[in-house]
This record gives sequence, C-alpha cells and structure tokens, in this order.
Amino acid sequence: MYRIVRKEALRPTVTLYEIEAPLVAKKAQPGQFIILRVDENGERIPITINDFDPEKGTVTIIVQTVGATTEKLSHLNEGDCLQDFVGPLGKATETEGKKKVCVVGGGVGCAIAYPVLKKFHDCGAEVHAVIGFKNKDLVILEDQFRAASSVLKVCTDDGSYGQKGLVTDALKELIEAGNQYDEVFAIGPMVMMKFVSKTTEPYGIPTTVSMSPIMIDGTGMCGGCRLSVGGEMKFACVDGPDFDGHKVDWDLAVKRNQMYQEFEKHKYEETCNLFKKEAQ
Amino acid sequence: MANMSLKKNPMPSQDPNVRNKNFDEVALGYTEEMAIDEAKRCLNCKNPKCVNGCPVNVHIPEFISKVAEGKFDEAYGVITSTNSLPAICGRVCPQENQCEGQCIRGIKGESVGIGRLERFVADYHNAHGHQGGAPAVPERNGHKVAVVGSGPAGLTCAGDLARKGYDVTVFEALHQVGGVLVYGIPEFRLPKAIVAKEVARLEHFGVKIMTDTVVGRTITVDELMDDMGFEAVFIGSGAGLPMFMNIPGVNYKGVLSANEFLTRINLMKAYLPDSDTPLIHPKKVAVVGGGNVAMDAARCAKRLGAEVYIVYRRGMEELPARREEVEHAEEEGIIFKTLCNPVEVLADENDDVKGIRCIRMELGEPDASGRRRPIEVPGSEFDVDVDCVIMALGTSPNPLIKSTTEGLEINKKGGIVVNEDGLTSREHVYAGGDAVTGAATVILAMGAGKTAARAIDEALSKK
Repeated sequence: MYRIVRKEALRPTVTLYEIEAPLVAKKAQPGQFIILRVDENGERIPITINDFDPEKGTVTIIVQTVGATTEKLSHLNEGDCLQDFVGPLGKATETEGKKKVCVVGGGVGCAIAYPVLKKFHDCGAEVHAVIGFKNKDLVILEDQFRAASSVLKVCTDDGSYGQKGLVTDALKELIEAGNQYDEVFAIGPMVMMKFVSKTTEPYGIPTTVSMSPIMIDGTGMCGGCRLSVGGEMKFACVDGPDFDGHKVDWDLAVKRNQMYQEFEKHKYEETCNLFKKEAQ
Repeated sequence: MANMSLKKNPMPSQDPNVRNKNFDEVALGYTEEMAIDEAKRCLNCKNPKCVNGCPVNVHIPEFISKVAEGKFDEAYGVITSTNSLPAICGRVCPQENQCEGQCIRGIKGESVGIGRLERFVADYHNAHGHQGGAPAVPERNGHKVAVVGSGPAGLTCAGDLARKGYDVTVFEALHQVGGVLVYGIPEFRLPKAIVAKEVARLEHFGVKIMTDTVVGRTITVDELMDDMGFEAVFIGSGAGLPMFMNIPGVNYKGVLSANEFLTRINLMKAYLPDSDTPLIHPKKVAVVGGGNVAMDAARCAKRLGAEVYIVYRRGMEELPARREEVEHAEEEGIIFKTLCNPVEVLADENDDVKGIRCIRMELGEPDASGRRRPIEVPGSEFDVDVDCVIMALGTSPNPLIKSTTEGLEINKKGGIVVNEDGLTSREHVYAGGDAVTGAATVILAMGAGKTAARAIDEALSKK
C-alpha cells in the first residue's frame, strides 16, 4: 500500500498528493509517469510525475478531478493509502544538449511541464515558458515556473489573469520576436499540443509533446495506447510518452481518446452521487 | 479389469445457452465415480508414451492408477512431484497435442481423459485439503533467487526452487499475481480463485511476491543481482506488444487487441457493475485470429451480449486453438468465418467502426510451418457489418527488460536467446516462456520454468 504523506488543494479541483513509494522515487525522471489504482475496484490510470524525492522516498503528482477515479482519489486524505502505485513508466524526457528551449504547459499539464522545465534549466539551457489556463482561478505553479525560466508568459482564455488568449499566440509572439529555440516542449490537453505543433512547424522548430492516451498496464502489453507517429504504430507506454509533435497523427489520437467517453461520464456521475449520498 | 469403453467419460458442463450469458466456469468437473471409471480406462502401459508427451513429465499412469484405487490424495502427490500447478494444467493444457495425443487408447477410440483426471485430482485436493496437514516446508539453503513475472513460467520456476529450499522472490508488474492466467484466460475457463489457491501454496513454501514492480523500470536485472543480492534471476516476463494487421482503419475506435479486451474483462473485472474500468459493449464483433486467445476473446464478447464472428484465414482444420475451445465456442453460438481475411476496417464519420472488409482465401501448398498457405481469391471481397474488431494475432516479446539489461542477447524476433538449460547470454540470468518463444502455451512456459529451476539449482548448489 502507498501512503499519502501530503495532500494540498492547489485549486478547488486541482490537488497535489505526495505519495510514499520509495522504489519509484529512486528511479523517477522528469517526463515519466506512474499508474495508480485507488481501491480494489479501481481503474488503473496513468498520471505523469510532478516531483520526486529519492531520499524521502516520495513521489508527487498533481491531479485534476475530471472523472470517477480522480473523484475517489480526492476523497482520500493524508495518512490514507492508495491500492497501487507503479512506476516510473515510460522513457524520461531528453533534456541534455539544448541551448535554448521553450516549455509550453496547458492547465494541469503544467504540473508535468514543471519538472521537465527544471531539468532543462539544470542542464544549462536558457528556458522560456508559456503556461495557459482557462481563468485566474485555475493558475498553478506560477512562482516555480518563474524561478526556473528567464521569460515567463502566463495566459488565460478569458483574460482574467496575465495575457488574454491561447498559449499558441504567446508562443508565436516569442518566436516572431526573434527567439531561436532548439526545441519546444509541450504538455497539456491533446488539442493544445496539436496546435503548438502546428504553430512551430512552419518555423521548423523541433517540437516534443508528452502523450497520454488510453492505457491499462503501462508496460507494453495491452496496446491500448497505440498512436500513429510518422505513419508508424507506436506505443506510448514503452516508445513514449514523448513524441515528435510534427509526426503525430493528431486527429486519430484525439478521436481514439474519446473511445470510452460515454462510460466515463456515466461512471463519474454515479461516483459523485454516491459520495453525495454518503455525505447526507 | 480395465474399462474398455471407446469413449471418454463426458465432462459435465453448463448448458451452452446458459453459460454464454455468464462468466462462471463452463466445465464442471468429474464426480468421484466418473473419475474412477475414467481412470480404469488407462492400460498402465509399461512404456507410457503419454509421459513423453508432457512438457513437465507428469507420471501419468502412476497417478491414474491411484485414482482408479480411489486414493486421490496419493494421486495428488504423484502429480505435484513434477507439476506445481495441476488445477491450472488440467484446465488449460492442449492435451490432445500432448499426453492424450500419445495415448494408446486413442488409436482405436478416444484417449484416456488425462487432463480431466488431473483437474479432478487437483480440485479434490483443493476441496478436501491435504491429509495429515499442510506439506512440510523445506529447510532454507541460504541461496537467493529472483523471478521476474508471475505467469506460468515464473510460478513454476519459483515453486520448484522454493521446494528445494531456495529463498525466492517473484516480481510482478501488475497488481495481481498470475500473469496471463489472470489477465488473459477468462474466468469461465480458469476461475481466478484456482490461480489464487495455487499461488497461496507457493507462498506456503516460502515464495515471496512483490506486485506493482516493473523489472526494467522500477528495478533492473543488474540491481537485483548487484544491490539486492540475488544470485540468479529467472526472466519469465511473458509476451509483450500485441500485433495488429497492417491494413487501413486499424486505429479506428472499436479496434482493440485481444490483450486489451481480455485485460479489461479478466484482470479489471470491467464486466461487473462495481468496476471503474471502462468496457465497450459491442453489438457485433469480428475477432481476427484462430488461436486460444481468439476463442477467449470471442466467448467473452458473446457473454457481453454480442453476435460474434471469428475471422480466420485458414480453414476449421487449421485452427490453432485447443479443440475443446473451438467446440465450446461453436456450441455457444460463435460464427466461424474461416478462409477469409480482413483487408480494411470501415468506420463512420466519427471514426467509430461500422464494418470489416474481408477477402476469401483458398489453401495452397504447405508453407514453412507445414500448414497449407492461404491465398487470396481475387475479386472476392465482401463486407461484414460489425461495430468492434478484436485483433488476436499474437504478440512480440516485451522490450522493457532487453532494453535495460546490458549483454542480454536477443533474437531477430525480439525473444531472449537461451541455451537448453534456459541460460541467457548473461551469467546466472535465465529466461523462459513467452519472453523467449513469443506467444505459446501455459504448459510450454511451465516446462521452461522447470528446466531453468533445475539448472539454477545445479549452478548454485555448487557454489
């Protein structure tokens, strides 16, 4: 069992969990993910690692409540245990040998973008960052991003904080201003990563995206996480999760991720109702 | 006096029209009377060919004569002296190609029901417990061995070594122990409670099990040996990435590997209302392939209420699945579309599968595998109306361990290279099962686990 040693609500629906998992903490690298199961009937869900402390033996994840499993997770408290916590899975992000990079994070994807950004920074790269949120209330990790980047642009869809507009607009401004990036690294909703890739393509800037498709085992067994990259079949769990954003077949990836949408919606409502009943 | 009936005692089973709507076990097992009657069909040959047909050399005539005498507990002792997982083998072994395929009674009539008797003996033992209490746990010999993967190869290797006094730890990537026995083979063919019992027996012999541990990620083979003090490692990590056909539409929504479909159902119990794991409930399904995994996927889909087709490019005679599985599938209403092969998956504007385009095949001359090669009949394409396509075409070995273990030799197909003892190119590192051969059977994996256990014992006992 894997104990929650710290739980912190970053925003009403975005929560940080620090979990006791010494073997995972010892091996974790930025860009890798874990798979967790909340309880006996739980689904296995992949979540990218936010932080890790090999000495303390803990791994930190930041999770937005979006479905049945994340709802159940949000009802656990410090001291409670997760049924399963496996990792680190996937390949680590390649951060060495870059002079200047721009890291783009969208929404809770910023939780994952941050350790990658920090690693780029620690490897000696000049780091710019663009982070985007729906509105002011959802902004997370701004101070951490600011500390590790020389330029930071915060965007909100409604303009309630920072620059109004999409991360792609801000990224384009940076590129147009003459910044020459060796690489753009994007993590966030699939649609955002798709448009970041479309934005950088005309400039020929190598662009890496972190994919999070449907997955069960996460070790190269089920084939649920397959993607078409450059016309070849790739498995996010063992070949990724990082891929060349200019080669990913985005329309296919977006549609495949909707495969269980109906079920997930139904299960989420069912779970929420259950918690409501318990509360009464 | 031997029972000279030409027919096996039939296996009592659930009615096909009842069982194709539930996940309970299909075959119900022999009663004591049936088992004794069937055991009396064995001629107790002086030179028993059946034993040679068994990858783990179960002393077949010996255990069957104990059954004939009604000494079921002694029969169990005979079987388990060479086979650690009898309740499982009795259910899932392809007996017709192994022990029963060699049985002398099979020349004129049906062979002795060896598999059914093995199952009976194991189930009797599990129901009645061991006479005279639990078997003694051997004294520890102080040697530490790591086993990677808790499928049939790993469990067999672990069991054999633990019984010899080794300190064995099994590392499993998933949250449950059993490998393909729990994520692949459905409940109705192998109840998970039986796997759990066999695992508990290994734990009784001192085997330690660590779930949620991915060797190649959480910990490497080298760390097991250098940091954790394991003197030998057995890799039984199983088959890996599922194969898909290289045809248009293979990534549409509703196309999934048999591994994914079966894992959702068997490991995650997604067919039960309490499970949080999503599952599609298709109306019409095409399962592509003709092996045991294809039969399992088809029969699961049937139980979810679908109309199910098996699409296979060769004929009924060539189906690689166990004969009993094919018979059960037919009885349950699975429709076989043999001599036909998919050429394209069709979908609507949302990428949801709406059909599969197939082409008819005919059989030509035998190919390298000795089976007649299927050849397309030009212009014979036709569409089948389905909303789900399940690919059951086999798997390629898992890349995680080979990519993180230096000096581990791999063959062209990605399988780990081993010698006749199961030894890899690395000293004290052994391997067996699907990780070596690619997708094969439970019993072959067990045979490989057994061979490696013997070799590990020889190597370490000299130290």
